[in-house]
Amino acid sequence: MTAMKTTILCAATLACGAALAEEVRDYRAEAIAMMKRDFKTRGIATADRVHEDGLQAICNRTSDHPPKAIAERLERDQMESIKYPPDGKLMGDWKAGEKLAQSGRGMTWSDKAGVPGGGNCYNCHQIGPQETSFGTIGPSLYQFGKLRGNTPDVQKYAYGKIYNAKAFNLCSAMPRFGHAGALTESQIKDLVALLLDPQSPVNSK
Amino acid sequence: MKQRLSTLMAAAVMTAAFAVQAQQPMKKAPPPAKAAAPAKAKDGITAEFEKFREVLEEDNPAELFEAKGEDIWKHKKGPDGASMAQCDLGLGAGVVKGAYVQMPRYFADVGQVMDAERRIVHCMVKYLGYKEEDIRKQPFSNDSKTPDHVSVITYVAAQSRNMKIAVPQKHPKEIETFRIGREIFDYRAGPYDFSCATCHGSDGMRIRTQDLPNLRKPAEAIRAYQGWPGYRMTGGFMLTQQWRMNDCFRQQRFPEPAYLSDSITALLTYMTATANGQVYKGPGIKR
Repeated sequence: MTAMKTTILCAATLACGAALAEEVRDYRAEAIAMMKRDFKTRGIATADRVHEDGLQAICNRTSDHPPKAIAERLERDQMESIKYPPDGKLMGDWKAGEKLAQSGRGMTWSDKAGVPGGGNCYNCHQIGPQETSFGTIGPSLYQFGKLRGNTPDVQKYAYGKIYNAKAFNLCSAMPRFGHAGALTESQIKDLVALLLDPQSPVNSK
Repeated sequence: MKQRLSTLMAAAVMTAAFAVQAQQPMKKAPPPAKAAAPAKAKDGITAEFEKFREVLEEDNPAELFEAKGEDIWKHKKGPDGASMAQCDLGLGAGVVKGAYVQMPRYFADVGQVMDAERRIVHCMVKYLGYKEEDIRKQPFSNDSKTPDHVSVITYVAAQSRNMKIAVPQKHPKEIETFRIGREIFDYRAGPYDFSCATCHGSDGMRIRTQDLPNLRKPAEAIRAYQGWPGYRMTGGFMLTQQWRMNDCFRQQRFPEPAYLSDSITALLTYMTATANGQVYKGPGIKR
């Protein structure tokens, strides 16, 4: 579309050649080719991580603002890929969840293979009232369960959101922890409990 | 000079003491009964560090490395008798004053854009006989060794103290490198779907208590540049901007960028040229 506009404008101007050359040059493709050359496997961080998957590509190409129809279709795909626990139990131990929420480890080249990662939650969210060192990239989750209750639907929503945030908002800044294998089923259950268990300090008065 | 060095050594001992303290697990203030106010809650160590840094910047231990770098730049000879006096950092052979804040830039002799660190290593290999493969074996400092090129970088950076960043954007390759760098900045990939912009592309965000500058804006882009190369208190050695980019990609959950690679030059070109016009205060101190 932009290229076509340039062509039409070009017919009427002398700067035509330069403008067209500018239009044709794909810096994004050049950047990707460059990164594929330059980034190397170290530890568990393998070189193939630099390849974008379909969802990342759509978000990258649209500056995180994909057309609505595409976003809805891809969110549906992400939603269908969420694996809920076969036993139907979605709430684990909130105390273990709090520990996980504190840990910013996982998936870097300095993390070891096979060692479970952390939830990285406090990096971006306010959660428990006792923790004053919290980030602001994501919304506050304090009182999460108090405001929403912990009905099966709310549990399912919280589990799904942690498993794959992109099923709810395609270009969300939040990682897809379950989808990426960064958190296990039982770890996600513990985080659901941190958010929803009435005993969790998140829901204290 | 002797006396100055002894002051510096004293400062270095102090930093070591601080480092030990900083490595203790963070003990938090007694828990407040209610949710913490979302207002800025700097933890105690951060506040202490900032006070300490103000005092220490008068006698920054970075000057020890600066002095060593100066010695290499001015006196060291290569196997053919060449020296860094022949090294052109963009302002003419041997000219160091103001060169750091005017890189990355295009260098006709190699037909490419190079950032300061890459250019300095290039010169040390070309004129002083350093082996690139040796430098690549240990590109960054650790507590047992600060490599020579890091000291030279510190020296060169110090020669741009209090000068305005003025990265040229005239040569077609400089403009192209900037644009590729901007694409790298915005590129989401990896298991966490992170790009540089995830944390550094909007205003007023924090990770834990750490403020995140919006690097798309000139007034905040300077914050990715300021204080590098920096003397790391927890360890007592100098770290460069290439190290900082490397560690960002680690936390981004990316694979590791090769040292002195085109991708890092492009990213530094984008970030530094965005900060053009801001004043660089010279080598700094980092936690």
